[in-house]
Amino acid sequence: MIETGIRLMTGGEAVAEAMRQIDPDVVPVYPITPQTPIIQGFAKFVADGRARAELVNVESEHSAMSAAVGAALAGARTMTATSSQGLALMAEVVYIAAAMRAPIVMALGNRALSGPINIHCDHSDSMLIRDSGVAQLFAENAQEAYDLTVLAPRLAEHPDVLLPVLVCQDGFTITHSAEPVALLDDDDVAEFVGDYAVPHSVLDTAHPTTQGPFAMPDYYFELRRQQACALESSLEAFTEVATEYEVLSGRGYGPLEAYRLNGAERAIVALGSSAGTIKDVVDELRDEGDPVGLLKIVSFRPFPAERAAALLREVGSVIVLDRADSPGGAAPLHAELAAALYGSGTELRGHVYGLGGRDLHPEDIRRIFAGEAERYVGLRGAACPV
Amino acid sequence: MPELTTWNALRRGGVVVPGEAERPRTGGWRTGVKPEVDLSKCVNCLLCWLYCPDSAVVLDGTTFTGFDLTYCKGCEICAEVCPVDAVTMVPEEVAS
Repeated sequence: MIETGIRLMTGGEAVAEAMRQIDPDVVPVYPITPQTPIIQGFAKFVADGRARAELVNVESEHSAMSAAVGAALAGARTMTATSSQGLALMAEVVYIAAAMRAPIVMALGNRALSGPINIHCDHSDSMLIRDSGVAQLFAENAQEAYDLTVLAPRLAEHPDVLLPVLVCQDGFTITHSAEPVALLDDDDVAEFVGDYAVPHSVLDTAHPTTQGPFAMPDYYFELRRQQACALESSLEAFTEVATEYEVLSGRGYGPLEAYRLNGAERAIVALGSSAGTIKDVVDELRDEGDPVGLLKIVSFRPFPAERAAALLREVGSVIVLDRADSPGGAAPLHAELAAALYGSGTELRGHVYGLGGRDLHPEDIRRIFAGEAERYVGLRGAACPV
Repeated sequence: MPELTTWNALRRGGVVVPGEAERPRTGGWRTGVKPEVDLSKCVNCLLCWLYCPDSAVVLDGTTFTGFDLTYCKGCEICAEVCPVDAVTMVPEEVAS
């Protein structure tokens, strides 16, 4: 059986392989579509004796994240996975995991939040925990989901970071679609991730600590800033870890990916798998002589605002595509770009697309670039208020 | 009040190690009564020591010696559980 090299696999299978190679100590998890193939694949590795993790079959995602916090703070390298309603149920503890600086790595199969109940992709689940203080990296395809997962423990456990890291992959579009994925050797991954050393283990009875203490008005503000500052400064750690990963894998990553932005007069900014479709359309339009480009956001949290603004400085018109809405306000990615580009004179407009798994076709992207698309791409009926 | 520290001087995640925690002397919360013991009645059963929620009962080894009121809230549990009525609640002296 070929363990490494290029294999045909889904994003879910690729992340299960990454987890086997990382070989975490504890994995508390509850199944949910479309994340299930990740943990199903990993559970089989554990059952077959090919991964050593203590797989904790919890009764809910709230418990999964609670167990993950305890395990990570005890000194166990801890991973979990979820989607949509599972993340919603975890949300309370996700904030606590970030505040207690527990470096948990989570695979997220992005799925629309209920209601109406739906199992397909959008980014509303990620946006629900936008302000929790965790890092969120978005993959464009199965290869990126694999690479970012291998990279994630190093980022989460970096001494300047120590925060949960979510590796987000679009539900079904990536989790369930097979494509060629280049895997690293098991030994190389083991060496790359190294050992996890917790700063203050809750099980170290010789050096007892109080973790997650009550903070009154005199200290809450300071502790929130300390936590936020760790996330804000983690862009540097990301670059450091990604540089090392590139030496190992030959595949480079950054918080952003500029695609044909040189000389671009119009550029789309987007997250996730849609970036792949947009790249194809950018290539076609460039061949037709239309100067367009793409800025793909890999790290949505922390958001690399200054770098985004620098990369878009020469672009006259920026079009932001959000796969999540913020009823009553600006869509999340649009709001980030509006803040990043404020005062630059760059023309900015935004579209919401793909909610609940609605496809974004190349023809839609052409209409978006041409300024002919609806604000809500493909929505039947006029946008409200009319 | 100890001096308040800046966000970057706090331990990561607000972790507290022994000896670093603030120690508010919560005995100041007592509202009028404090426990008093008549040692001639005490049978050293240590029920008050077991029940006291604030570790205000002082022992010498395993022998009851009295109360340390630094953290005593005056909850009266010691007086309630004493099987020989050696503990009674008496009015707090009012500072003149």
